[in-house]
Amino acid sequence: MINEFIQFSLTPILIGILAGISCAVPGNFLILKRQALIGDAISHVVLPGIVVAFIFTGVISTIPMLLGAAGAALVAVILIEIIKRLGKIEPGAAMGVVFTGMFALGVLILEQTDTSKVHLDVEHALMGNLESLIWLKAQGWQSLFDLDVLKTLPDELFRIIFVCGFILSLTVIFWRWLKIVTFDEEYARTIGIHSSIINFSLVIITAIAAVAAFESVGSIIVIAMFICPPAAARLMTNKLGIQVIWSIVFAILAAIFGYIIAGYGPLWFGSKNSVSAAGMIAVVSGIILLLTCMYGPCRESVGQKKD
Amino acid sequence: MNTFVQAMLFQAGYNVALVTVGAILLGIAAGSAGTFLFLRKRALVSDAIAHATLPGIGVAFIIMIWLGGDGRSILGLLCGSAITALIGLFIIEWIPRRTRLPEDAAIGSVLGVFFGAGIVLLTVIQTMSSGRQAGLESFLLGSTAGMLFQDAIVIAIGGFFSILGIWIARRPLTIVSFDKDYAISVGYDVRQIDLLMMGLVLGVTVIGMKLVGLILIVAMLIIPAVTARFWSNRTDEVVVIAGFLGGLSGYIGAVLSASAPSLPTGPIIVMIAIVLFVLSLFLAPNSGVFSTFIERRKTKSNIHRRQGLLTIAKGENVVSSFTRKLLANEGLSRSDGLTDKGKKLVTKILIDENRWIAAKEVYPDKDMNINYGIKLIEETLTKEELLKVDQYIKSHKFKSITYD
Repeated sequence: MINEFIQFSLTPILIGILAGISCAVPGNFLILKRQALIGDAISHVVLPGIVVAFIFTGVISTIPMLLGAAGAALVAVILIEIIKRLGKIEPGAAMGVVFTGMFALGVLILEQTDTSKVHLDVEHALMGNLESLIWLKAQGWQSLFDLDVLKTLPDELFRIIFVCGFILSLTVIFWRWLKIVTFDEEYARTIGIHSSIINFSLVIITAIAAVAAFESVGSIIVIAMFICPPAAARLMTNKLGIQVIWSIVFAILAAIFGYIIAGYGPLWFGSKNSVSAAGMIAVVSGIILLLTCMYGPCRESVGQKKD
Repeated sequence: MNTFVQAMLFQAGYNVALVTVGAILLGIAAGSAGTFLFLRKRALVSDAIAHATLPGIGVAFIIMIWLGGDGRSILGLLCGSAITALIGLFIIEWIPRRTRLPEDAAIGSVLGVFFGAGIVLLTVIQTMSSGRQAGLESFLLGSTAGMLFQDAIVIAIGGFFSILGIWIARRPLTIVSFDKDYAISVGYDVRQIDLLMMGLVLGVTVIGMKLVGLILIVAMLIIPAVTARFWSNRTDEVVVIAGFLGGLSGYIGAVLSASAPSLPTGPIIVMIAIVLFVLSLFLAPNSGVFSTFIERRKTKSNIHRRQGLLTIAKGENVVSSFTRKLLANEGLSRSDGLTDKGKKLVTKILIDENRWIAAKEVYPDKDMNINYGIKLIEETLTKEELLKVDQYIKSHKFKSITYD
């Protein structure tokens, strides 16, 4: 039983947790800056990015795909900014134009190129394949200390560990700046912080998190992890530091319970097959948000009607 | 090419013609319904609505199978999708009202969570009885050229009724999206009208899903509306133009996809809409990028020409090299002073300058600094007002500026 858990469930749960944290931490700042939907836009343009990367390289391999996705995210952010300024269009609509347009282009190119033989399909990009990231060589807990066996862990795990560590350390290093820019851009400017650089870096970090997480949990589910844990955390506290910690806790809870319910839940109902873990993680994060909306200690803004 | 022309003229078979008509009607409905969303600055609510339809499709399929049906009845699936989309819409409205979270956080969480639930249900359906579930994925990205007759009929009829609904409700919708506070003051219930607008958007989303897919239906709601905004400043006109652009995209897209079966209908329609958007962004006569650029340069030259000429007429030196170059290039000044052409223009400008100064004294309450020195006074005041100003200048109370 334990052996089976380590082989089939440990790595997906870990990847789910780390992907959740990587998205939830920048999500805190996006929500406070009313830019929550930039994560939505970025996760939609991941598809055209990987399609173009595939066309250029002709192979399905991770690094070019990740670069393609990151490139597409960057192009999307720049296009949104250009359309916003040139056309004097409100941000939401500019985002809508850019990401739907790029997504349509991605689907179109995908249908035109012969990618059917290789494992590159839209549903995969949308839904992810958390369940397939297994660790077959593991034999019980002692495998965690066996270097040779550790090497056989899925590469996705090492990448998400790296990205998660990168995002967390950047957040700690630039904490003071992030905090000031998030709450008061005017004040930030007067004390000499370039808020535009911080804002742009935040978008880049968002893109990195989205791209890294999309690989394992799928691009649409990423949106839930960007928004639900930080939004729920926002209703728990008034302090930014504590809010970030709450969001990490919620992301971890969503990943663990989501995976377990998806993997073992159907068995309790007598079904033999499990359901999508990525989807279930999103659902659990939504349930957490719903609970905080109803019972969170700081759920109301000052003067809001209690009904 | 032959099929292309045939498809264009609705001659490439009954089914193709029906899909084309459906795409046109859907485009018109989506374009005009999307305009109200865009003008209320809630464009991305449509994204959440669209994603929230997925669990409904799954639930409807499961229930229909459970009741012993086929599970693929399009009406049943559409009803299911409408119900979960409605729940999603309700939550988007409830979260910002009840908590301190902003609307965009509500949109994003509904979008992600409902889509996640939909994916879970799809995996449930995949394990239920293989083969029978085929076709549900087509709701994600729309179906390609081969569409069932039944689906095309639903889209055509649904599109027609959505357009009818928008036509009937056009007045309150227009007023609320143009000026919310005014709408309240004349007695409209803004919340109800917003709900009506959302209902229309929901209807368009649900019927358009089968054709373009739930992810790309958002494009058909947003892009034509944003494009139309470049062509007019009047709400009622923007609605009509957006409907036209949406219908045009639907028509060209459906025709292209009928003549080249490897081109999926949904993405091609969206790409046509994007092309129209980019063309308008750059080329629209009043707010396009090019005309704004030209207008700005013209204004800059006007100011420099006017100030430069006045400075020379006063006998002072022009400091700005841009002004000097401009005056020399237009043959208005030489190194030794103004040319004849320049002198003529100075006389004209002086009249205008005096009129401006006088106008400020005649109409002290009018804010005229916006155009002073940029446009001619004829473009700012009415004929009657100008007549009064001229009379004032002729009277002895006003001392005109003159240069020799």
